[in-house]
Parts: sequence; C-alpha cells; structure tokens
Amino acid sequence: MKVLVPVKRVIDYNVKPRVKADGTGVDLANVKMSMNPFDEIAVEEAIRLKEKGVATEIVVVSIGVAKAQETLRTALAMGADRAILVQTDDEVEPLAVAKILKTIATEEAPGLVILGKQAIDDDANQTGQMLAALLGWGQGTFASKVEVSGETVAVTREVDGGLETVSLKLPAIVTTDLRLNEPRYASLPNIMKAKSKPLATKTPADLGVEIASRLKTLKVTEPPKRSAGIKVADVDELVARLKEMAI
Amino acid sequence: MQVYDAPLRDMRFVLNELHADDGFGDIPALSEFTPDLTDAILEEAARFCRDVLLPINRSGDEEGCHLENGVVRTPAGFAQAYKQFAEGGWTALASDPEWGGQGLPEAVNKLVEEMICSSNLSFGLYPGLTHGATTAIEGHGSDALKQAYLPKMVSGQWSGTMCLTEPHCGTDLGLLRSRAVPQGDGSYKVTGSKIFISAGEHDLTENIIHLVLARLPDAPKGVKGISLFLVPKYLPKEDGTPGQSNGVACAAIEHKMGLKASATCQMNFDDSTGWLVGEPGKGMAAMFTMMNTERVSVGIQGLGVGEAAYQAAAWYAKDRIQGRALSGPKYPEQAADPIIVHPDVRRMLMTMRAYNEGCRALSAWVSRALDAEKHSPEPEVRQRASDFIALMTPVVKALFTDLAFDSANLAVQCYGGHGYIRESGVEQYARDARITMIYEGTNGVQALDLVGRKLGAHMGRYLRSFFHPVSAFIEENNVDGPMKPMVEALAKAFGALQLSTATVAQRALKDPEEAGAASADYLRLMGLVAMGYCFAKATKIAGLQLFFGSEDKRFYDAKIKTATFFFERILPQATASFLAIKAGKKSLMALEDDVF
Ligand SMILES: Cc1cc2nc3c(=O)[nH]c(=O)nc-3n(C[C@H](O)[C@H](O)[C@H](O)COP(=O)(O)OP(=O)(O)OC[C@H]3O[C@@H](n4cnc5c(N)ncnc54)[C@H](O)[C@@H]3O)c2cc1C
Ligand SMILES: Cc1cc2nc3c(=O)[nH]c(=O)nc-3n(C[C@H](O)[C@H](O)[C@H](O)COP(=O)(O)OP(=O)(O)OC[C@H]3O[C@@H](n4cnc5c(N)ncnc54)[C@H](O)[C@@H]3O)c2cc1C
Repeated sequence: MKVLVPVKRVIDYNVKPRVKADGTGVDLANVKMSMNPFDEIAVEEAIRLKEKGVATEIVVVSIGVAKAQETLRTALAMGADRAILVQTDDEVEPLAVAKILKTIATEEAPGLVILGKQAIDDDANQTGQMLAALLGWGQGTFASKVEVSGETVAVTREVDGGLETVSLKLPAIVTTDLRLNEPRYASLPNIMKAKSKPLATKTPADLGVEIASRLKTLKVTEPPKRSAGIKVADVDELVARLKEMAI
Repeated sequence: MQVYDAPLRDMRFVLNELHADDGFGDIPALSEFTPDLTDAILEEAARFCRDVLLPINRSGDEEGCHLENGVVRTPAGFAQAYKQFAEGGWTALASDPEWGGQGLPEAVNKLVEEMICSSNLSFGLYPGLTHGATTAIEGHGSDALKQAYLPKMVSGQWSGTMCLTEPHCGTDLGLLRSRAVPQGDGSYKVTGSKIFISAGEHDLTENIIHLVLARLPDAPKGVKGISLFLVPKYLPKEDGTPGQSNGVACAAIEHKMGLKASATCQMNFDDSTGWLVGEPGKGMAAMFTMMNTERVSVGIQGLGVGEAAYQAAAWYAKDRIQGRALSGPKYPEQAADPIIVHPDVRRMLMTMRAYNEGCRALSAWVSRALDAEKHSPEPEVRQRASDFIALMTPVVKALFTDLAFDSANLAVQCYGGHGYIRESGVEQYARDARITMIYEGTNGVQALDLVGRKLGAHMGRYLRSFFHPVSAFIEENNVDGPMKPMVEALAKAFGALQLSTATVAQRALKDPEEAGAASADYLRLMGLVAMGYCFAKATKIAGLQLFFGSEDKRFYDAKIKTATFFFERILPQATASFLAIKAGKKSLMALEDDVF
C-alpha cells in the first residue's frame, strides 16, 4: 500500500512571528521555516506503517514556493521514499490545496492519505476534510491512533468528550493530532541518502487546477497585549465580579 | 537560563562564504557536500542538540557521575541520549567510510562539534574521545586492530579513551611509569595506574577501548621510551563481541570544579592484555596524531561554551529590568529599562559576541585546511594546509579556551547576583569552560609549542602559510574607502606581530627562557591578528552583500557592527601584548624563588 503525506513549509514553531508594518501579512523575510509539526507527525506515522510492513511506499507532497523543497528533503531524510513539489509563489487556500491533492491522489492511488490536522501558520483545519469530500473517501480526523487491518483502518479520534474510534474502508483520509506519535530525528546517513531520492516538480497548471484566491485578506494585526489581571479579596467579591462581567 | 539555539546563519557564513578564496577549497573528493546538504545536516544537528542534549546539561551538572562497586553511572538521561546520538549516526560523522563513517568534511564536523559543546560539554567528551582514539588506531594500528575495533568504535557501540596522565606526570610524560611486558604471541601485559582519565569507565557503551602510554622492559628513560598500547576493558571473543574482563578497573572518580557529567577516572591496569599501536618507542608520535586533532577540538569546546554563555547573557539582558538608560528611559512603559540599554552591559555582550564570531571564523579556516591536507589533489596545497594547521593548532586550543572562560565570566557578570546562583545556569559555563584551558596540554604548554617548535620550523615556513594571506589582503585592500580604518588597524597589529616574531626569534637563540617569557603574549597577539584578518574579510563580504541589496540585511549589518567593535575595542590589546613581549624576561624572572 502506498501512503501519501502532504507537508507544508511554515514559520518555525520556535519563532515569534512579526506582522509586516503595512499590515498585509506576517513578515517571512529571513525567518526560520520548518515543516508543520502536525505534518511531521503524519510523516512519522507513515514511516511506522512502512516499518510494520503495512505501507510499501511513502510519497510526500508539498505545495508552495521552490524553497519547500527543503521541507520535502526533511521528510525524505526522515524516511519517505519520494517527493513531489507543486510549485507556486501564490498563496494557496485550503480548497485549492485539496483540489491539487485530489489530482495527485487520483494519479498515485494511495491506500491512505495522512495529513496534519492543521498548519500552525493559518490554523485552518480544513484541507483533510475537503480532500475527503472531493475524493468521496472516508475520513478519520484528529487521530491519536491508527491501525490498518486488511481493507480497513481503525482511527482513534480525539473528540471533545474523549476518544472515539471509527473504522474506515480504504482508501481513506487521516489527519493527525499531537498525541499520535513523537516524530524521530533524521539520522545522518538518511540525511545524506535523501539528497538522491527522487523529487519531481510540477505546477498547479500541470495538474489542471485553478488556484485563484477566493478570500481577500483585509488586514493582519498583532493580537492585543494581555492586560493585567485583578486581585479579589475573597470568594464573595469573585462571584460579584463574575456576575458583573456576565459570565 | 540555558537557552541555546545553534547560530546557524553565522555557521553557514563561515562555512560557505567567508573562506571561499583561501586556496584550500574546491576539493573534488568533497564535492558531494553541497550547501543544501550541509544545511540539512547542520539543521538536524541543531535540533538534536537543542532538544536532546541541552535539557540534560544542568541536571547532569547537579547530579554528576556515581561510582558504585567499580561501576560508573552517568547522570540521568545520558545513556538514553547517547543511544539516540549513536543511532542517529552522529558518532560516525567525520570518520572514514571504510569503517562505517560518514566521511563528512571537517569544516562541517567542527560546526557540529561546536553545537554539541554549547549544549552539553560533558556529553561531548564521550564521543569526542572515541573519535580521537579512532584516528590514532587508524593512523598507527595494525590491520587486525583496525578490523577488530574501528567499526564498533565508529558506530558508537564501543567508546575510546586516552590514558596518558599518571599521578606524578601530566605535562612531563617522560616521567611515566606504566609498563608493558611482551607475551611472545604479539600481545603485551600492561600494568600501571593512570589518573584523570576522561570516560575511563561509564555505562554508555558495552566496551571501552583504552589507548595507554606505557614503557617496554628495555625502554630508555624519557619520552623516547614510551610506546602506545590498545587495551580493551573486555577482550573481544572470536565473534567480536565483548568477552572476558581484562584486569582494567576504575578505582575512583574525581570530584571536580565542573564538567561533572563526564566521568574523570582513576584507572588501574593489572596485567591487562594489550596490543602495540605503531612502533615500539614511538608512542608519543602515535599519541600526537590523536592529540593534534583533539587540540583543535578542545579549542572548539571552548568556543561552544563561549557561545552558550553569550546566548544566555543576551537573553537575560533583554529580560532583566534594572535602572534607566543614562540618556533617559527607553522603555517608559516598564518600571525600569532592560539592562541591555546600559553601556557596560553592552560592553560585555559585544565582547562575548566578537570573541565567538572571531573564533568561529578562524576555526572554519583551520577546518578547511584540515580537509585540504587530507583530500586536496595538489601536493603544494596539502603542504601549505599542513603547515597552517601545525601553526594554528596551539593558537586555536589556547586562544579559544582563554576567551571562552572570559566569556563565561562575563555572562555571570551580566546576570549580577543571579549569575552566582546555580539555578541561573550560567555559573556552570564558567566552571565547565575552566578545564579546557588545562587538559590536552595546558595553555602555557600550547604557547611554548607555538614559540619553541612552530615559529622556527623549516626556516619559518609554517609562519608563511599565515603571514602571506594576511599581507596580501592588507596590500589589496589598503585603499581609500569604508574599509580603510579597519585595514589600517589590521596592518598595525600585523606589523607588531612581525616585529615580535623577529624579536622573539633573535632573543631565543641566545636565551631559551626569553622564548618562554614571550610565549603566552605572543600566542595572544597572533590570535588577535588572525581574528582581525577574519573580521576584515567578513566586513568586505558583508559590505558587498549590502551594496548589492542582499535580502539578509540584518545578518550582514550585524556582522559589520560586530567587526567594527572588534577593531575599535579588542584589537588594541595587540599593542599591550606587543609591549609585554618587547619587555622580555627580566622582570618576570627577577624575584628569587624563595621570596615567593
Ligand atoms: C577533567 C580532566 C580530564 C582529563 N582527562 C584526561 C584524559 O582523558 N587523559 C589523560 O591522559 N589526561 C587527562 N587529564 C589530565 C590533563 O591532561 C593534565 O591535567 C594536564 O596535562 C596537566 O598536567 P598536570 O595536571 O600534571 O599539571 P602539571 O604538569 O603539574 O602542570 C602544572 C602547571 O605547570 C605548568 N608547567 C608544567 N610543565 C611546564 C613546562 N615545561 N613549561 C611551562 N609550564 C609548565 C603547566 O602549564 C601548569 O600551569 C584530565 C584532567 C582533568 C582535570
Ligand atoms: C552570595 C550573595 C550574597 C549576597 N549578600 C547580600 C546581602 O547580604 N544583602 C543584600 O542586600 N544583598 C546581598 N546580595 C545581593 C547583591 O548585592 C546583588 O546581587 C547585587 O547588588 C547585584 O544586583 P542584582 O543581582 O539584582 O543584579 P542586577 O542589578 O540585575 O545587575 C545585572 C547586571 O546589570 C548591570 N546593571 C544593572 N543596572 C545597571 C546600570 N544602571 N548601569 C550599568 N549596569 C547595570 C549590573 O552591573 C550587572 O552586570 C548577595 C548576592 C549574592 C549572590
């Protein structure tokens, strides 16, 4: 079984993002960029499936600027087999990403597509769900456990009330949550090998997908600074205050 | 707080941009290591260091090592981290692919070493010594020894040590007493007591391979009578796995000022079976193969700690609010300004930063020479590289470690009273850095090596490998323009170095004590000139980048500002060194011994 894993190049989770002075977006000039942490978990899960003999090939896909090649190489160094870069300098919204992935999934015919539940830059949490709808495949989102047996996959999901397990017919879509696994460090020999693993570059046009934005960003601002809290003398005052604030 | 993140941008700068024209580069054997690949390696190493090695640095310092019934236990987390480190292939980084190594250029390897030492100096010693031991075995061991030991040491499954020091001899190894008796089957029985043996015993690997200096029965007195032996903790069985124990015992571990998570062991060898590495009586030469790479690495250890200290101080200086800027409040919304506004705090931060960037630039140059010496197809380049390494090894070892201790000390000062308190994490840097000035040949001995052995070698040929590029740079760039003040300052310091060289050489001919009296100041002077040269080159490159509108304005702009600080506020120390050298030994030796 083939596993397809989309990975996104995002601002590193350790970096404190700065908003551009003109309010048009986040300043990315010379900022450290890394693989979206949820996608790392997705790559790790695919590698574990391969190590268990369930998966036979792992294909990673990234949609974005030429530099996203670095992110793909990171995935290859972790243990993915080959990579596809769909190169564009434009902003690509979740729906367009899902359409691109649909085309690739149709071509590659994977048994599973494992995505991060969301990317830490726009926190959209939409792509996996949209992809499932476009393909008409089952979806197990927010996975904390993934077990493939025969033609089905059991996905344990982290839902508000606790854990829920769904059983999906393959092929299926899985999106990862934080507790699914702990991604490995790439080993030195694998980093070296990654250099010679195949990486194909395409454009959205090659795939026949229109990526024009449907949303317009009006303004990007920093979140308001947290204001200082207040101290209350006793429980009565606390209750009074809470009532005042209509909580 | 220990907050280290590898300075990847500066590392890429010294690796790919700064020394591109030094005549050591373009080595066909290393052409596969393109910047995108070395970037990926540095990034992953940085992540590993930050996430795995850094979190056990302070806890390892608090806990230290334990000796129970002859068995040494490293602090919590070390065995697990070592396992991950070896599994990740990091022990094999710079080793020869013939033995399972990755064959990475030294230029990359040294940067990774720096990161490891910044994150956890104690940890770094375990794989560091193993790597040193493999170079000695590779250079001087028999094929049988290489086959039996190198693959397991390179993979990190087994570790290595160097056993030189004995209670009565550290610097003066000619006094050493351990003995080795031939058994007629090619093996020897080694007996003796060694002290201060780093990684002599621990719980990270299934076997430990000691390289032991000892005397054969008929050996002459002094260093000429010393041979090198390989003595495993467990003798390998037929199938190569560790078998019977070999009479090697750890009698005690030292309680030290710092470097607490590295086990410093008193080792007893009692009729332990060993094999000769290299020829009888040539033990010092074989050991020096190891010592020379190790000395550069100890310099890097210093740089590593210096960088970590700087980062901790810079973080604190932005966080701690105390007092107001002399020019009036700069952060009026806060109760006080962060201490980074104060000129004296700036002085400390800039000094540390300039030391680290200067040392990193110089070590990158030396590392390129290490690669060229090994791999360059041209004999002339290999020779020049080898000359340059011989000259710079004592400078890198002593200068970097001296400056590292200064940096760690300044970091404590930046933290005020909190720096003196364990929880802050910075006093550990001062304690850890301190040993790097002592082991692997004290810094005093490094200075003697430079002045006594390296200056005059081959009629000054070693010196030329350094003086030629510096004078060519000065000549080429001493023109009107923004670089002029820097080039003039460099020329002045370089002039002082040339003059001092002549003075020392002349006086030493008549009186060897003059060489000894000048040595430490001479080494410092050469180090300052070497850093100055690197900073001037860096400024030129950065200036061009800014002129052509580089996207990375922040980095190049900071590089020029740091270089300017170095030239205006640190390089003037060259004059002080020059004057001290000029004064000669007289006042130094004047007081009678019994007056002390
Ligand atoms: C933590 C730690 C780890 C160590 N690890 C190892 C190890 O793994 N293997 C190993 O073999 N050793 C190891 N050592 C030993 C270390 O290499 C020695 O301590 C060092 O070589 C200095 O020797 P010494 O302590 O006997 O000092 P001494 O030789 O007694 O020196 C004392 C002082 O006199 C000066 N001095 C001595 N002779 C001269 C001279 N001829 N000219 C000018 N000045 C001189 C020295 O510079 C120094 O300042 C370690 C030591 C420590 C503390
Ligand atoms: C072991 C020990 C014993 C002590 N004993 C006592 C005691 O008995 N009684 C007592 O009251 N206190 C005591 N102290 C506290 C000690 O006096 C303070 O730690 C010291 O005054 C520094 O203050 P700080 O730690 O807040 O550092 P900070 O004031 O935060 O200083 C941090 C750094 O910023 C610099 N800095 C701060 N302000 C300025 C400025 N305006 N201009 C330039 N540089 C500036 C400092 O020089 C320092 O390098 C003790 C501390 C220790 C560690």
